[in-house]
Amino acid sequence: MSSLNGRAKIEIRGATKTYEAKTGPVHALEDVSLEVTAGELVCILGPSGCGKTTLLWAMSGLHALTRGEILLDGSPVTGPRPAEIGMMFQDANLLPWRNLRKNIEFPFEIKKRPVDEARIEMLLREVGLEGFDSSYPRELSGGMQQRASIVRALAPDPGVMLMDEPFGALDAFTRDEMNLLLLRLWSETSKTIVFVTHNISEAIFLADRVVVMTPRPGRLAQIFEIALPRPRTVDMTFAPSFIELIQEIKHAVESGTQQPVGAE
Amino acid sequence: MSEVPHELRDEIPSFDEGSTHHDQGAGDWSGLTSVRGAKSTLEIGTVVAIAFGVFFGLEAILRLTDTPAYIFPKPTAVVRALTDDFWLQYGQHLWVTLQEFFIGFAIGSTIGLILAAVITQKPFVEKVVAPYIIILVVTPMLALVPFLRVSLIQGVSMWPIIAAVALASGPMVLINASTGFRRTDLAKIALARSYGATTFQVFRKVRFPLALPMIIVGYMVGAIFGLLTAIGGEMVSASEQGGLGHQLIYFSSLIRMENFGAVLLIIEALGLSIYFVFYFIGKRWASWET
Repeated sequence: MSSLNGRAKIEIRGATKTYEAKTGPVHALEDVSLEVTAGELVCILGPSGCGKTTLLWAMSGLHALTRGEILLDGSPVTGPRPAEIGMMFQDANLLPWRNLRKNIEFPFEIKKRPVDEARIEMLLREVGLEGFDSSYPRELSGGMQQRASIVRALAPDPGVMLMDEPFGALDAFTRDEMNLLLLRLWSETSKTIVFVTHNISEAIFLADRVVVMTPRPGRLAQIFEIALPRPRTVDMTFAPSFIELIQEIKHAVESGTQQPVGAE
Repeated sequence: MSEVPHELRDEIPSFDEGSTHHDQGAGDWSGLTSVRGAKSTLEIGTVVAIAFGVFFGLEAILRLTDTPAYIFPKPTAVVRALTDDFWLQYGQHLWVTLQEFFIGFAIGSTIGLILAAVITQKPFVEKVVAPYIIILVVTPMLALVPFLRVSLIQGVSMWPIIAAVALASGPMVLINASTGFRRTDLAKIALARSYGATTFQVFRKVRFPLALPMIIVGYMVGAIFGLLTAIGGEMVSASEQGGLGHQLIYFSSLIRMENFGAVLLIIEALGLSIYFVFYFIGKRWASWET
């Protein structure tokens, strides 16, 4: 593992993506540039349609950019790089016809690699899912499904985790629990994480930096450094300074948005 | 609602594969397989009691009214006729029908399944082919048996009927399996691709399992249509190789209604076996979808 301490793990250079819609070209991403340091946790925040998911999918190599490039460890991302990138999707995205264990082994199966039993056992214990190997997703709660999905993403031990609103569908309590779990795993594994969300307090709670994006065209509006000490606790989210930061970021989102926020 | 263009919504960005459509289409026969079956001992007991009631009730009425067998045979007479000289009157014909059914169904369903997997790869191909599948589905293939016998496949072999069974069951499998393959879950495909899955791996590990419940429905409906076609085909083509359908015509022309009833019982048992085979296959392989 090449240690790029302080150097960019992920480098986004002038990322632009245009879709052909019936009404003409749509600018999903317009000249977005960003650097993510190794071991950093960056949240990309913005309202629906700001291109944050489009950007994340481009970073994972799932789709190509119209212009610009994305570098991972200095080499351009042109397709999925499963050894280096673990992707988490909206909802748990488990395969309903596989039991929990088979779901977690899915990445190994695709790559035709031997299953890392010890690591999976360790992760299952870590997230409190031991003993549920043979349960099917429909038998598990939303939080348990999401924890299984985290284990699946971490099992192949990728250096980078790209997370696309993974906790969006969970209730507020379960979401807090998941955020704490994510922070704990992150502090233990020193992964580089890019986390997409539209929830301001979630973004602040998790991130070293919050990157605010605004829609039409999807572009980077502002970057906030989050100075909150670690380890973070849920209590911190009730502090006046935290609330102030939420307001400040909310203004940043609104000022770049033509329509009032919350008009969806 | 926001006026965010569809392409910009955050749910799932569209990439090359393009549109996803979730409509179940005209070929959704899933209702056929979702009949709620008896579960508890009380329910099963009641089902059995009704069967006994009908059997003996019918017997009693027919005895009391002294109805002649050519109008309606007594249930006990039908059962007696069934055991009487079984192989000669029914067994060898059952064997003929089974051969026609299994060979025809194997050919038809395999072609239907492969075609479904192929045409659903491209929405254009699927849309163009769809009307022709509907035409195939609504065509009564057993009506083709006499035509097939004189034109395509000469002689008195089973092959005209096998062809009709294949033509009847194939489109049923095709239309249902297409519905299944159309249910592409972009997030699950993206998941597989993010782990570096090849197109074939995506098919085998995501698209096929996702389609499997509908494929099983297609096989069940196709098998039942195939059996009906095999028996109907035997009825419409006076032939020397026999078959259960042939025996139906034969016994009814001789007004041997007990034997006729016995043949019907065998066909009933065949149809029920098909239903239960696919019911249990569905329970085993597609129970994740309730």
